[in-house]
Amino acid sequence: MSSVNKPRSEGGHAFHFDGPEHEFETTKFGIWLFLCTEVLMFGGLFVAYFLFAHKFPETFIEGATYLDWKFGAVNTAVLLVSSFTMVLSIYYAQNNKTKQCVNMLFITLACGFIFMFIKYLEYTHKIDLGLLPGDMFSFTGEMGSTNLGLYFSTYYMMTGLHGSHVLVGMGLIVWCIVRARRGEYNSKYFTTLECVGLFWHLVDLIWIYLFPLLYLVD
Amino acid sequence: MFWVNKAHAGNTFMPPQASNFAESVDTLYGFLYYSSLISCILVIGGLVYFAFKYKRKTASDKTAYIPHNALLEFLWSFIPFVIFLVVFAWGWKIFYDMRSAPKDALEIHVVGQKWNWDFVYKSGRKTSSEFTIPINTPIKLIMGSRDVLHSFFVPSFRVKQDVIPGRYTSLWFTATKEGNFNVFCTEYCGTGHSTMLAKVKVVSKAAYESWLENNPYKGLTLSEVGQKVYAGRCIACHNVTNVKKIGPGFAGLWGSERKLTDGSTVVADEAYIRESILNPNAKKSVGYEEAVMTSFQGQVSEEELTGVIEYLKTLK
Amino acid sequence: MSSAADKSKNYLNHEKGLWSWLTTLDHKRIGIMYMITVMLFFLIGGIFALLIRFELFSTGGQIVDADGYNRMMTFHGAIMVFMVIIPGIPAFLGNFFLPLHLGAKDVAFPKVNLMSWYCLIIGAAISFFSLFAEKVATGWTFYTPYSISETSNGAILLVLGAFVMGFSSILTGLNFVATTHRLRAPGMGFFQMPLFVWGLYSTAILQIIATPVLAITLLLLAAEKTMGIGFFDPKLGGDPVLFQHFFWFYSHPAVYIMILPAMGIISELITAFSRKVIFGYKAIAFSSVGIAAVSFFVWGHHMFVSGQSQVAGVIFSFLTMLVGVPTAIKTFNWVATMYKGSIQFQSPMLYAMGFLFLFTIGGVTGVMLAVMAVDVHFHDTYFVVAHFHYVMVGGTLMAIMGGIYYWFPKMFGKMYNEFMAQLSFLFIFVGFNVTFFPQFILGAQGMPRRYFDYLPAFEPLNRVSTVGSWLIAIGFLIGLYVIINGLLKGKKAPDNPWGAKTLEWQTSSPPPHTNFHEQPVVTGGPYEFR
Repeated sequence: MSSVNKPRSEGGHAFHFDGPEHEFETTKFGIWLFLCTEVLMFGGLFVAYFLFAHKFPETFIEGATYLDWKFGAVNTAVLLVSSFTMVLSIYYAQNNKTKQCVNMLFITLACGFIFMFIKYLEYTHKIDLGLLPGDMFSFTGEMGSTNLGLYFSTYYMMTGLHGSHVLVGMGLIVWCIVRARRGEYNSKYFTTLECVGLFWHLVDLIWIYLFPLLYLVD
Repeated sequence: MFWVNKAHAGNTFMPPQASNFAESVDTLYGFLYYSSLISCILVIGGLVYFAFKYKRKTASDKTAYIPHNALLEFLWSFIPFVIFLVVFAWGWKIFYDMRSAPKDALEIHVVGQKWNWDFVYKSGRKTSSEFTIPINTPIKLIMGSRDVLHSFFVPSFRVKQDVIPGRYTSLWFTATKEGNFNVFCTEYCGTGHSTMLAKVKVVSKAAYESWLENNPYKGLTLSEVGQKVYAGRCIACHNVTNVKKIGPGFAGLWGSERKLTDGSTVVADEAYIRESILNPNAKKSVGYEEAVMTSFQGQVSEEELTGVIEYLKTLK
Repeated sequence: MSSAADKSKNYLNHEKGLWSWLTTLDHKRIGIMYMITVMLFFLIGGIFALLIRFELFSTGGQIVDADGYNRMMTFHGAIMVFMVIIPGIPAFLGNFFLPLHLGAKDVAFPKVNLMSWYCLIIGAAISFFSLFAEKVATGWTFYTPYSISETSNGAILLVLGAFVMGFSSILTGLNFVATTHRLRAPGMGFFQMPLFVWGLYSTAILQIIATPVLAITLLLLAAEKTMGIGFFDPKLGGDPVLFQHFFWFYSHPAVYIMILPAMGIISELITAFSRKVIFGYKAIAFSSVGIAAVSFFVWGHHMFVSGQSQVAGVIFSFLTMLVGVPTAIKTFNWVATMYKGSIQFQSPMLYAMGFLFLFTIGGVTGVMLAVMAVDVHFHDTYFVVAHFHYVMVGGTLMAIMGGIYYWFPKMFGKMYNEFMAQLSFLFIFVGFNVTFFPQFILGAQGMPRRYFDYLPAFEPLNRVSTVGSWLIAIGFLIGLYVIINGLLKGKKAPDNPWGAKTLEWQTSSPPPHTNFHEQPVVTGGPYEFR
C-alpha cells in the first residue's frame, strides 16, 4: 500500500522525511509520546488505588495477604530478564548479527509466556476461592474487612490491564521475530525493533510498580 | 453600589429573592452582569467600529505594521486579572457563608429517590413533595439519596446541593419571604427527572407552630400512627387477627406470599402494601376477586401510609 | 516540477476510485474524508437538536415521551461532542493544513493518521448501534450511579464507542505533536509558525495527556456495569463522585480541545482579511499553551455543588479565573489586529467577527459560572446550556464554518457563491442568538437542564428558542448548498485568492500530492503584511 501511495525515497525512508536518520528520530519521538499516553492511562488506576488504599487501609493490607508474593517476585524477575534480552536483541541487530538477535527475541517471548502462565495460575487459584472483584466476591473464609471485593477489583483491573499489555507486547515481538528472520533489521534500520523494545520496557516498568503496591502492602 | 442593588429589580432576570443568600448572590451577580455588559460593549463595539472605520478601500491598501504594544498588553492582562480576583474572593465569601450553617438551625432530613422528595422532621413527621418551614429561622437540610444522584435546587433561595447515595450532604438557608417556592431536581436522574418537583411552604412562625401542633400524630411512633389510622379507616373491613372480614385479616399478612388472580405470587412488602392501599385493584389476591376496596389515593398522607405499613409489621 | 502538465496533477486526481481514497495515506485526502464524516455526523446531531427544540416548544410531550426525550438528548450530546466538535477542527482542517502550514510533505505518521480515521468510524458505528438499538439514555456524561443502574446495556456499547473514538483523538494528537516538532520547513522556527499551528499543537498535547484518562475512566465504567467492580458503588465502598472527578479530568481539557484550534483559525482569518500583522503574536501563542496547561487543573469547577470539599472548590474556582486571563488576552489581541487594518467583509471574516461576538458573550458568562456563589444558582440550569453553546457553537462551529470558506478555494481549487455564503451566515448568526440568548434568561430564572417538561412560566422563552433553532437550520441548509454548488459549479480559484501570507497559499490550488512543487524555505513570520 505504501509503495503505491508513497514511494520510498532511495535512501530507504518515507518520502516526507529528509533521510533515514530523520525518520528514525521522528518515529522514536512518536513512540515516546505514545508511552506517555500509556503512563497516563495506568495513572488513572494508580490514583484510584491510592484513594481506596487511603480510605480503607486495613482492607488493602488484608487483601494483600491473599496474594502469594513469591509468584509476584518470580514474575518480576522474569520480566526483568526479558527486558535485558530485549536490549540485547537490539544490540545484536545494530551489529548485523541477525541470528543472535532472533534468539534473544525468542527468549524475550518465552519470558512473556512464563509471566502469563504464572498469572494464569494465580488467577485460577483466586477464582476457585471466590476472591473475585466487587459484586462477584464470594469468598467464604474468615475475613477481617467487609469490602475485600474492592481490593480485588483494584487487583484485577490493574493486573488485567497490565496483562493485556503483556499480550500485545508478545504479539509485537512475534512480528519483530518474523521481520528479523527476514533480515530486515541491521545497523541501518532497526526502528520498529527499538520501538517495540521501548514498549516492552514500559510494560516491565509498570509491573515493577504494581508488584509492591499489590503484593507487599504493609 | 446603588446601581448594583437596583439590578435585581427585575432586569437581570433572577427569580424573586426569598432567602438570606438571595440578596448577596444577586448583588454579586449584578456586579458581574454589569461588568460583563461593559466588557461586551467594549469588545464588540470596538470590533464593529474598527470593521467599518478600516473597511478596505482599494485592492492595494497598505496597513500599519503594529506587532505588539507592551503597555497595552500588560494593561489588558492585568485589569481582567484583578477583576477576576475580586469576583473570585467575593464569590468565595458568599460560598463560605452558604457552607457554614448555624448550630441552632432547624434540621430537616431530605431523601431523594426516583422521582420524588421526602422530608422527615425531628418529631418523626413525614411529608412528601412539599414541606413547611417557618420564616426567618435558619433551616438546615440533611440530604441523602436512595438510588442515584439528585440535586436539590430552590431558585428563589439561590441554593443548590447534589444528593448522593451512600453519604449525607447538607445545605442551609433562612427563608425571608412567605409563600410557596419551587424545588427542582437538577441532576439528571432518568425518566421522571423533570417531574421530580417539590414545594417549600414558608409560613409565619406562629403558623408553623400551629402546623406542628395540628399534627394529629404528634409524639407518636410510626406504628402508633398506623394503629390510629387503622382504627379510623381500615377497621370496617380488616381484622387485626388473621381472620378474614371483608378483606384479609392483618395478622401475619406482612411478609407473607400472596397468590394473585393472574396465577403469580407476590411477597407482601412495602411496595405491595403501598400499592394495595393506593390502587387496590392492581394486584388482586385469590379469594378477593370482587374487589370492593376503593382507592385511598389522595386520602392518606405519606406519614399515614408509612404508619400503616409499620403497624402491619407489628401484627404477627 | 514546474511544467503546466505537472500543475494539472493534484491530490484530488492523483489517484482515482473509492478504494484509493479509503486506503490513502495523503493527509489532505484523509482531511477530506474527515470533512465528509464530520458533516454527516453534524447533520444527524443537528436533526436531534431540532427534535429536542421541537419537543420543548410547549409544555408536555409533543412528539416523544420522557424516555424518548432523554435518549434524544443523549444522542445529541454524544454525537456533537465525540463525533463533531472534538474531531471537527484538528482532524479535518488541522489534518489538511498543518503540514501545509509547516511546509511539510505530510504528517509524521501517515499510516497512523489513516488508522485514526478508521478508529473514528468504528467508534462511531458502535455508538450509533448503541444509541439506536440499545436505548441508552445516560446523557453524554455517563454520571454514576445512574449509568450503572440503568437496565439497558446500551451504555456499555456507547462507552466502548467513545473509547475507540478516544484512540482516534490520541493518535491524531500524537501525529500532530511529532509533525510540529520534526517536520517544519527549513527556516521555520517555533515563532515563525502560523497561530493555527500553535492552536493545533496545544490541542494535540491536551489530546495526548487527557484522552488516556478518559479511556481508563470508560474502561472502569464498563467493568463496573458488567462485573460490578464497585469503584463507583457506595455499597461496596466506592464513590460515585469519583467518576465525576475522572470524567471531568478529561472532559474539561476536552473543552479546550474544542476551542483552542478554533482560536487558531480566527487568528488566521482576522490577519488575512485585515491584511495586517497579528497584534501580539507571542502573547497569543503562549496563551494557547498556557490555557492548555492550566486546563488540567480546573475540572472541579463542574462540581461546586457535587459534594466535593470546600477547599477543592476554592482552588478550582481560583484556577478557573486564571484560565480567563489568557482567553481575554486573545480576544483583545484580535480586536487590536483590526485596528488600522484594511478589512474586507468576505464570509470567512464575517464568521470570524461572529466568533468574536458570540465568544465574548460565552466568555463573560463563563466567568460568572466560575464564581462559586453564583454558580450554585446557575449550575445545571439552562444558563449553563446557553453558556457552553455560545462557546462551542458560537465559538468552535463559527470557526469551522469560517475555516471551510477560507480554505475552500485551496482544498478544492474552486470558489463558492459569496452572496449565498453571507446569507447563510446571517441566518446562522441571528438564529443562534434567538435560540440561545433566551436560555440565559431561562437559566437565571431557574429552569434546570435536561428537562423533558417544564413549568408553564418558562413556555414563552422556550418558544422563542425553538423558533431560533429553525433559523439556524435554514442557515446550515444554505451553507450546505453553498458547498455543494461550489464543488460542482464553482469558478476556478487562483492560488491565493485572499492575498494571505502563510505557506499553504504559495502552492497551487488544489495542492499537488506532495504539497509543494519546490521545498519552501521560510525567511520571516507568517503574517508579514508590509
